[in-house]
Amino acid sequence: MIAAWLNFLIVLFAAPFLLGIVNRTKAFFAGRRGPPLLQLYYDLAKLLRKSAVISRTTGFIFWLGPVAGLAAVFCAAMMVPFGNARALVAFNGDLILFAYLLGLMRFFTVIAALDTGSAFEGMGASREVQFAVLAEPALFLGLAALTLQTGHFSLSDIYASLTWETWGKAGPTLALIAAALLIVFLAENCRVPVDDPKTHLELTMIHEVMVLDHSGPDFAAILYSAALKFWILGMLIVRLAVPVTLGHPLPDGILFLSSMVVLAVLIGIIESVMARLRLTKVPQLLIVAIAFSILALILEMR
Amino acid sequence: MNLILLSLGLLCLSGFAALVTSASPRWTSRLGSWGVILSCVIGLVPAVKVLGDGPAQFFKIPWGIPLGSFDIALDALSAFFLLPVFVLSALAALYGQTYMAAWAGKKPLGPVWLFFNLLVASMVVVTLSRNGILFLMAWEIMTLASFFLVTFEDERAGSRRAGWIYLVAAHIGTAFLLALFVMLSHGNPSLDFDRFNLPAMPEYVKGILLILAVIGFGTKAGFIPLHVWLPEAHPAAPSHVSSLMSGVMIKMGIYGLVRMVSYLGVLPVWWGWLLIGIGLSSGILGVLFALAQHDLKRLLAYHSVENIGIIALGLGVGYLGLAYQLPLVAVLGFAGGLLHVINHALFKGLLFFGAGAVAHVTGTREIDSLGGCLKRMPWTGVTFLIGAAAIAGLPPLNGFVSEFLIYFGAFRGASSDGSQALAMLAVIGGLALIGGLASACFAKAFGIIFLGEPRTDHARAAHEVPYGMRIPMALLAAGCVGVGLGAPLAVKILIQVLPVATGLSLPVIRGVFPEAVHPLNFIVLLSAVLIALAFFIFLLRHAMLTGRHVQKAGTWDCGYAKPGARMQYTASSFADPLTGFFGFFLRTRRHLDAPSGFFPKEAAFETKTPDIFMENLHRPAVEKIYAGLSKLRWFQHGRLQLYILYIVITLLALLVWKMR
Repeated sequence: MIAAWLNFLIVLFAAPFLLGIVNRTKAFFAGRRGPPLLQLYYDLAKLLRKSAVISRTTGFIFWLGPVAGLAAVFCAAMMVPFGNARALVAFNGDLILFAYLLGLMRFFTVIAALDTGSAFEGMGASREVQFAVLAEPALFLGLAALTLQTGHFSLSDIYASLTWETWGKAGPTLALIAAALLIVFLAENCRVPVDDPKTHLELTMIHEVMVLDHSGPDFAAILYSAALKFWILGMLIVRLAVPVTLGHPLPDGILFLSSMVVLAVLIGIIESVMARLRLTKVPQLLIVAIAFSILALILEMR
Repeated sequence: MNLILLSLGLLCLSGFAALVTSASPRWTSRLGSWGVILSCVIGLVPAVKVLGDGPAQFFKIPWGIPLGSFDIALDALSAFFLLPVFVLSALAALYGQTYMAAWAGKKPLGPVWLFFNLLVASMVVVTLSRNGILFLMAWEIMTLASFFLVTFEDERAGSRRAGWIYLVAAHIGTAFLLALFVMLSHGNPSLDFDRFNLPAMPEYVKGILLILAVIGFGTKAGFIPLHVWLPEAHPAAPSHVSSLMSGVMIKMGIYGLVRMVSYLGVLPVWWGWLLIGIGLSSGILGVLFALAQHDLKRLLAYHSVENIGIIALGLGVGYLGLAYQLPLVAVLGFAGGLLHVINHALFKGLLFFGAGAVAHVTGTREIDSLGGCLKRMPWTGVTFLIGAAAIAGLPPLNGFVSEFLIYFGAFRGASSDGSQALAMLAVIGGLALIGGLASACFAKAFGIIFLGEPRTDHARAAHEVPYGMRIPMALLAAGCVGVGLGAPLAVKILIQVLPVATGLSLPVIRGVFPEAVHPLNFIVLLSAVLIALAFFIFLLRHAMLTGRHVQKAGTWDCGYAKPGARMQYTASSFADPLTGFFGFFLRTRRHLDAPSGFFPKEAAFETKTPDIFMENLHRPAVEKIYAGLSKLRWFQHGRLQLYILYIVITLLALLVWKMR
């Protein structure tokens, strides 16, 4: 239990670090020096010290959005295993609650965006729900494929039971699941090729445009939630791709953390070498993720 | 049983008392609504007692009607369906008392209360009756009472049209039920349910019975493509009636289905597949059509179709679990489906009350004409938000609990060996899609109506509704939160219900039940953590911002200098990417007058999404039938003496046939 709490605290503290790595990787590919690795920590500290500007149009939903979103992603993080180590809370069916907590976070972000009455933010909200509609089945079917493969119904049990032998037995299935989860990861975290977190053209943005009006501590909560979401969805992919158990919590933890860094570098590379897809093409990408999940299920049921 | 009979008597009595005092709108409303509230409270006592491990109660008196008897019984399944009937009826009566006051002096309110009370009474009898004739009579009274309520504003052509569609659809359904009972009565001296001796029948007869039941009851429940009356009737009825019809009356279809099927013994495997197929099509198409609607109550009506689909998914998972001898899967499926019956009554009742409140003060149900209502009507807004989050299946509310049970059952069923796995995976994928779409749809409904700036003068005129309407909404919202946070307790009432619904023995159910509902403890724990955390973060934010200069300004909007209310995103534009993506199913009609020339003056854009089943299936079919039957027009002259002659000839023919 102490180990689980410790792991949870590591997640809470280390989450913003990964985004630093992504940005550094992107800078490397662009031939720039790039921001410091700890840039997001500085940003958070600065935002928390600031005051806020709040639109007259808005009501309590506007600040409830970031607050509820952060609480939801916190709870979701409690259920995600740290590598092969059990999560803080693990029970049969926790993967359903996990997905729905992320849904709760999205719902509140969307209505907080609509609260400003801005056309831009409405546009972002509209796109966010459109892509979520397709990302949700992909995530659920991917997780269903994992339960079928391992025979467990809790994220902790599923991920603890994955080993290299599983890859030997069902390599193609796991590869397909990992690919589907990666696409879901990119879409849910608003990464290229679905969304560009760095763009400054409001008309093309999705997530960033929804939070245009938030400032100060509210915006800090949003940035931090995004970092946490990046981490916890990343954990689902990393342990699937590197199911190594060394037998001792410390080396296991170090291995897991370095795999997370590798994932961040990978995301940075994807963002550097790919262009953002046209908005009308994004649903096709998400349908590919659904197709991967279904294909994995077919391979298992054969 | 005496209390139930007392409650029934009181319902009828207060209904007629309301009719008699029609001259005074205040008294008629008081008598009608307090009669319902009182009898619902009385009726709740035995229902709760039976659910809490009490023995089933019976009451029977013989009747002169052939095949009929006044045979009623209160077992756990009946009591379970009575629970939402009594709770929502009482709250709808309270709400209606204030809501109908707007019509006082303009229209006689006595008939409204008579039919409202009769509707409640007929639903009670439907759930209790154990005789086919009594059941059909109550079913018919239920249909007629709700028909007169739907056509309350009969000066409007739309209401009359909705009423006709409802009446025709309901009677087509009843025709199938009639056939069902005729088949069941074959070789029996009476239609008492306990005399059905069915497990001995051949497989194909059972198949025919199941099909008749699914069409007959499915018409009332609103399975696609039998749902066409819902989006017409719900918006036309007064809001407390729509709430009652959508919240509990359509569940009578589900009740009938579960009850009748429970007499058929071992069921064929395809039955579970059929229900899952129905659930998927109703769930997904229901929410898609909801997404494309501009009328708030029409949107909610389509969501009823969606939620009936979710209930069918749960039952389908349950029946498949039974067919493949997976008691855990069966218990999870039935528990989820049945709990969703209660949950849907809570949040859909709440949402229709909210829609009624908004329409009441603004005079419009057009989502795109509203906006900014949360500030003007905070009670309605907050309770509507709770209902919206609950219907979207979001934790920590009640909708998530029932959907979780269905999901969990499907996950369990998918990883068991057998060909049911495919259906279970379809349930998982389908529920995920439905959940995403429902969440999008209610982000739209809540966001466009209650947030942002008012788009028209209608919205600017909004103000909070009186306490008589607020209290029912607040109670239902509390119910949504309560069932969500008290999930392990809420599912306990199902222990007595499941043996009746599934046919499994009580020990078997007691054996798997703890494993089935164990995760709910964790869910409640995390829900509590979620709420505590949100509160803590709120306090933290509050502490940080106190003492700092928090500026109030216009919406920044990337520096746009003069944003106007009309520039906001509308419901149509919000839903457009999704309705465009699923355009194949929706067939939305667009009408665009694009601005042209160097100094364009005016432009217009309009979308309309008619029901494809109405347009492409029912309307052509009805037109064909009408054309065929109009060949028989010569038969009808409008001369009374000829009609009497027809009656005499018919009676003579029957007499000759009987004497033969």
